[in-house]
Amino acid sequence: MGNALAIDAVSVVQGGQRRVENFSTLLPAGHVHALLGPNGAGKSSLLRALVGHPDYAIEEGTVVCDGESLLPLPAELRSMRGLFLAFQSPVELPGVSIAQMLRAAKQLRLPKGETLDVLAFQDELFAALDRLAMERCWANRGVHEGCSGGEKKRCELLQILMLKPRYLLLDEMDSGLDREALQLVAHVLGELRMEGTGILLVTHQRPLLDLLAPNKILMLRGGRLVLSGGVEVLDAWEAGEWCRQRP
Amino acid sequence: MVPAAAMNIGEVERWAEEGNFSYAIDPSYDAGRGVGEETVRYISSVKGEAPWLLDFRLKALALFQSLPMPSWAPLQKTDIDFSSIRYYLAQGQMAERRWEDVPAAVRHTFDRLGVPERERRFLAGVEAQFDSEMAYANLQKNLADRGVVFVPSSEGLRRHEKLFRPYFGTVVPASDNPFAALNGAVFSGGSFVHVPAGVRLEKPLQAYFRINSENFGQFERTLIVAEEGAEVTYLEGCTAPRFETATLHAAVVELVALPGAKINYMTVQNWSNNVYNLVTKRGLAREGGQIRWLDCNIGSRLTMKYPAVVLAGSGAKGEVISLSIAGKGQVQDTGARMVHLAPNTTSRIIARSLSTTDGIATYRGSVTVAPEARPCRSHGRCDALLLHPGSVSHTYPRLVGNGDGCILEHEAAVSKISEEQLFFLRQRGIPENQAIGLLVNGFFQDLLRQFPLEYAVELRRLLEMEVEVV
Repeated sequence: MGNALAIDAVSVVQGGQRRVENFSTLLPAGHVHALLGPNGAGKSSLLRALVGHPDYAIEEGTVVCDGESLLPLPAELRSMRGLFLAFQSPVELPGVSIAQMLRAAKQLRLPKGETLDVLAFQDELFAALDRLAMERCWANRGVHEGCSGGEKKRCELLQILMLKPRYLLLDEMDSGLDREALQLVAHVLGELRMEGTGILLVTHQRPLLDLLAPNKILMLRGGRLVLSGGVEVLDAWEAGEWCRQRP
Repeated sequence: MVPAAAMNIGEVERWAEEGNFSYAIDPSYDAGRGVGEETVRYISSVKGEAPWLLDFRLKALALFQSLPMPSWAPLQKTDIDFSSIRYYLAQGQMAERRWEDVPAAVRHTFDRLGVPERERRFLAGVEAQFDSEMAYANLQKNLADRGVVFVPSSEGLRRHEKLFRPYFGTVVPASDNPFAALNGAVFSGGSFVHVPAGVRLEKPLQAYFRINSENFGQFERTLIVAEEGAEVTYLEGCTAPRFETATLHAAVVELVALPGAKINYMTVQNWSNNVYNLVTKRGLAREGGQIRWLDCNIGSRLTMKYPAVVLAGSGAKGEVISLSIAGKGQVQDTGARMVHLAPNTTSRIIARSLSTTDGIATYRGSVTVAPEARPCRSHGRCDALLLHPGSVSHTYPRLVGNGDGCILEHEAAVSKISEEQLFFLRQRGIPENQAIGLLVNGFFQDLLRQFPLEYAVELRRLLEMEVEVV
């Protein structure tokens, strides 16, 4: 078996309640899985639990990233192993510049005793900003500080380009984006996928799905996987049929 | 700028311990323990002072003995054992002009603190005080040629009496409070600066205050006079070794900005946690003059300090930017005071504090407006960040206006670091303690930018250390 994020029979508990029950999917490197479902279906809970949010406990099941079990690891080490969560509404970090945060995160990814090459870091940051058609002054802005919804998403994409995660968990990356920004996001995600990044994508909208053509569609409802399959599932979703599906 | 991630534990410890060393010194001059008329006469005679100055000292001593502490003070006079403190310790009265002439132990002290290195890199002049006296004082020759005076206080009173005597003790009278009175009685060291009309210093002057001895009190006195249209930036830094017993630092700083002059006074206070830091700082701004205090308090056991600006001429501006950190067992009782005496005057106060563990950060601000000062305007902004459940912050703003025509504003907010912020950074791979360091740095970010780059770097490291060592 090649590299993959293997989520097997996972149950998630938050605030004493079961949010997700017996969820499984095998996300190979370079694949895109789309996770769909109504509000409250447990999509965000699943993503938060996967990256180790202290409020979301995985009580049953296993999560294995490229052969290594993630569950014993704290959130920061899961990040080091290549998991990246793009938040639905990213929090603001007043006064902490994007460059400062990324530099700290990059330094921590180096082997012990090595120091980040600051000039190379700056070049890489500027190249990533150029790729996202963002002004270079973004480097010195506070993380998500005073950003519009769309700007926050771009900012998250910048972090993805800089930290090069192996598996992306995207929580409504496409919400609040205009047509042009959506095209850009889809384009960059397409490139990352070609480079071998696995993507688990939560969305409520069709356009990004059409642009990305996921390998697999997963339907979640009431915390359970109710339907999965190829793009044909999307048509069922649009017709509202999946609502009538029962596990 | 050094990111949190670039620091290892060794570096953190090195900074934590930066000022924590001392040398055994056999002082040639020692006024003994306790303070009385004999102590005052001893200091005055060692310095060879004029009779008027001895008289000033003796009157101040009487005031110290009779003045009560202000009722709101977080400290009583009885909390300090004044009889066990040594009030004057020195190896000589004359500051050297060249580092190689400074006694070895003293020179090594300032080398370790990086003072000569900074002097070479970006300063126009440096004074370095070791216990009671300035050991080194030097000003770039081109500034001396333009008439700038930058000398230790005793030398200033001896050699430039005409320049300084008219202002000496007028902005902060000895009767102001018990510690200003004590300073008046036993003061030694500090800088006297005189900038002639129209002269603008591009590079800052710096004074470094070092306490080396145990059970010692440091009482420097600084007076800066900027003549019409002159501009000067003065930086002060301070450290002391960590002793078991209490050390006292009671300084007086007076600033006089004549019409159109600008004085920018910056302090980085990093005393060890056994120092009582009770300092009176006040500036007088004449017509169109500007005074700005940038006051950063990180160290000491207890600091009581409220830099003030008396706006005595039309169009004068006053500003205080106060940044304080109250860590384990520390009380930072800081703030600002603005007195509007003339029309069209403006003042601004920005105070930001961080409390960690059981630290107490208190803001006391006072803005008063005389009836003849209308119209005028004052704005205050006060933010506190609490890091732990036992951390404490108090805010006591006092605004006194007199009728229409003055606009006085005060805003305040208390915040905590949110779980979501911490989790976001952890998800990016940054462990919690480093994440807190980044967020605390962010909280002070725009204020740190007000300091010269060299200081901003040092302050950032100190901040990260304060947070990580907890």
